[in-house]
Amino acid sequence: MKTEILHNFTSRSRAATADEAQRGKFRSAMDFLIAKRAAQFPDPTEWAELRESGQQIRQRALAYLPKLLVQFEQKAQQNGMTVHWAETPLEANQIIHGILQRQQVRTLIKGKSMVSEEIELNQYLQAHSIQALESDMGEFIVQMADEKPSHIIMPAIHKSKQEIAALFAAEIDDTPYTEDVDELIQIGRQALRQQFFNADAGLSGVNFAIAETGTLCLVENEGNGRLSTSCPRVHIAITGIEKMLENLADLPTLLTLLTRSATGQPITTYVNLISGPRRADEQDGPEEVHIVLLDNGRSQAYADVQLRQTLQCIRCGACMNHCPVYTRIGGHAYGTTYPGPIGSIISPHLLGLAETRDLPSASTLCGACGDVCPVKIPIPELLLRLRVENVTRAGTKDHPAVMRGQGAKYRLSEKLAWQAWSLLNTTPALSLASRRSAAGLRHLIPSVKAWTQARVMPKIAPQSLHELIKAHQEQKS
Amino acid sequence: MHSNSSISLFGTCVVDLFFPQAGMSALKILEREGIQVNYPQAQSCCGQPAYTSGYSDEARRVALAQIAAFPGEDPIVVLSGSCAGMMKHHYPTLFHGMPEEEIVRQFSKRIIEFTAYLLEVLNIELHDLGPAESVALHTSCTARREMGTLQNGRELLRRLDKIDLKTHDHESECCGFGGTFSVRHPDISAAMVQDKTAALRQCGASKVISADCGCLLNITGALQKQQAHPENKTAFAGLHIAELIWQRTGGKSQ
Repeated sequence: MKTEILHNFTSRSRAATADEAQRGKFRSAMDFLIAKRAAQFPDPTEWAELRESGQQIRQRALAYLPKLLVQFEQKAQQNGMTVHWAETPLEANQIIHGILQRQQVRTLIKGKSMVSEEIELNQYLQAHSIQALESDMGEFIVQMADEKPSHIIMPAIHKSKQEIAALFAAEIDDTPYTEDVDELIQIGRQALRQQFFNADAGLSGVNFAIAETGTLCLVENEGNGRLSTSCPRVHIAITGIEKMLENLADLPTLLTLLTRSATGQPITTYVNLISGPRRADEQDGPEEVHIVLLDNGRSQAYADVQLRQTLQCIRCGACMNHCPVYTRIGGHAYGTTYPGPIGSIISPHLLGLAETRDLPSASTLCGACGDVCPVKIPIPELLLRLRVENVTRAGTKDHPAVMRGQGAKYRLSEKLAWQAWSLLNTTPALSLASRRSAAGLRHLIPSVKAWTQARVMPKIAPQSLHELIKAHQEQKS
Repeated sequence: MHSNSSISLFGTCVVDLFFPQAGMSALKILEREGIQVNYPQAQSCCGQPAYTSGYSDEARRVALAQIAAFPGEDPIVVLSGSCAGMMKHHYPTLFHGMPEEEIVRQFSKRIIEFTAYLLEVLNIELHDLGPAESVALHTSCTARREMGTLQNGRELLRRLDKIDLKTHDHESECCGFGGTFSVRHPDISAAMVQDKTAALRQCGASKVISADCGCLLNITGALQKQQAHPENKTAFAGLHIAELIWQRTGGKSQ
C-alpha cells in the first residue's frame, strides 16, 4: 500500500497544485501561522540564543541516547510504569494490542499522537475489533472523514469550515448544519465528552521523555490529552526513541521553543507531566501506565553523525509552515506521516529511501526551513546528503551503506550525463565551443516540456559573455 | 575590507549563455570605478547543478577547474548570489577532509558577490540619469540566507535617485527555480513562479530587478510566457541589477 502511495508524489503534487481552493486554504493558514510565530520571537538575539540552547540540549540528549533510554526505563519502572520496546511498527501495534487484549479493552480514546499515525495503529486495532477514537479536534475531524492528517500540528488544516459543517451534520446525530466555528467546536466537544469516560483505555503521544525522572511531557490545548491520559483505567503512551531529554531542567527551553514555533503561543493551555499510574492517595489517574518506545528506522539515522541531526526534531511543524513547497501542495501530497521539510528528511529512515525517493529533491533549497528550525537542524544540508545517497549505490568506491534503499535513483544514463557535463565544464576549449550548442544544456533540461509548461525556453545569446569580454579587451588594448 | 585595484570576474554559466549583457554591464561599471577586471576564459560553471543533484564527484571536478582558472589572490567577484554561495560556502564542505581542502578554503575566501563588492569595497556612488521608474526587487534565497547580502539590492536601488522601489506580496518567498528542482518537480515550480509573477504584476512596478540570474531565468521566462495571454497587456521585464545600474548611470542599453 505504501509503495503505491509514495511513488506517486509527482501525480499527487500535480493534482494538489491544480486545486486552487486547497492552495488558497494552505496559503492563508500558513501565513497565519507564520505571523503568529514571528510575533513570539520579536528579538533576534533572544531567538538566536534560545535556539542555540535548544540545539545543544537536543544534541547532548542524542549523544547520550543509549544511556538515557536505559536510565529512562529504570526511572519509569520505579515510577510504576511499564516500558516496552518496539523495533518496527508491527511490533508496536502488537504490543499495544496485547495490552488492550489483556485488559479486555473494546474502545480506546486517543490524544494526539503522530507516532500512532506512523504505525497506523487505528487500522491495526480496527482489524482486531477494537475501536480507536481520536479526541484531538483536528484528528477527530480527519478520522470522521476517513482521511489522514495533512499537518503534524494541525491535522485538519486542509478542511474548510464548510466541509467540516457538512461532515458533522452528516456524521453526528441530531446535528444541524452550521458554519459557525465556535458552534462546530462545541458540537465536536460534546460528541467527545462522554467518550473519555466510556473508554477503557487512553493512548497518547509524548513530546518529551525525561530520563532523569522517568517523566512524560505532553503539551496540548484542548484538554483532551489530559482526559485521555487520566480518565480511562489504562494509559498507553507511544513515542519514538529520540524524544529523550537528559534532565527536567532541559524542559523549559524546549517547551518555549516548541509552543512558540508551533502555534505562536507562549505556552500551551495544558502542559501535562506524567510520572506514573494513580498512587494510593490519589483520586484520579489510570491504574496502569505503559510506554512504548519505537525505533522504526531512527537508529539508522542515529548511526550517521550527520544524519543523526534529523533526530533533534521536536515536531513543531515550523518548517512546513514556512516551506513554499508544502504551502503549494499541502501535506497529503507527500504520502508520508510527516510531510514538509522534516518529513522529507525523516521519512527516508522510517520507510526507506526507495519508497521516498522523490522527497529529497522536492525542495528548492531556499533555506526557509533551516532558518526557522528551533533546534537548528540543517534541513537543506540533510536534503543534499539524501540526494547524494539517492543516486549513489552503497558499496561503490568509498561509499559505505548508510541507509535502506540507498541508490534508489541511481541510473547509469544519468551518471554518464553528469560525467559528460563535468567534462564539458572542465575542458575550456570543449566548453567554449559546446556551451553554445543545445547539447551542452540537455542534461539540465531533461524534458523541455517540464520547463515550458510555465515559461518560455530561454534564448541563448548570439554572443556569450566569454566572447563579448574577449572582444572588449582586444578593443581596449 | 579595503579597495582593490584588480579583481577577477566570475560571470556564471547562466549569465554567459543567457544574460551576457548583465556581465558586460558589471564589467563596465567596475572599469568605470577604476578597477582592473580580469576575466579568465577557462571559467565555466560553479558546479552547483551537479552538487544539488547529488553528484558530488562531478561537482568537485568542475569546482577544481574553476579554482585552477583563478590563480592569484585577488577578489573573485561573482555575478550571482547562488553561485557565490556555492563557491564560498559549499566548496569547503564539498572538499572537507580531502587533500585539496586548504587550497579550496583559500579560494573560497576570495569570493565576493557583486553587490557586496559594489557596496562594501567600493561604496559606490551612483548618479541616476534615467527617467523616474518603479521597480520591484527579487532577492534570491541564497543572497538572503547564505550570503547575507539581503540589504544590498535595496541599498543600491536607494542610490538611484529616480527609482521607486515597490514591495510585492510574499517578497521573501522563493521564486520556485531551485536549479534542477524546476524540471524535476515542474508542477510545484510552476505554481511557485506563477504566484511570484502575479505578485510582481500587482505591485505597481514595471520591471523586476535581481542580482541572481537563476531566479531571473525562471521569473522572466514565466513573465514572457504570460505575455502571450491577452489579459497581460503590459510587458513586465526582468533585469540583472548590473544592467539596470549601467543603463541608468550613463551606459547604453545594447
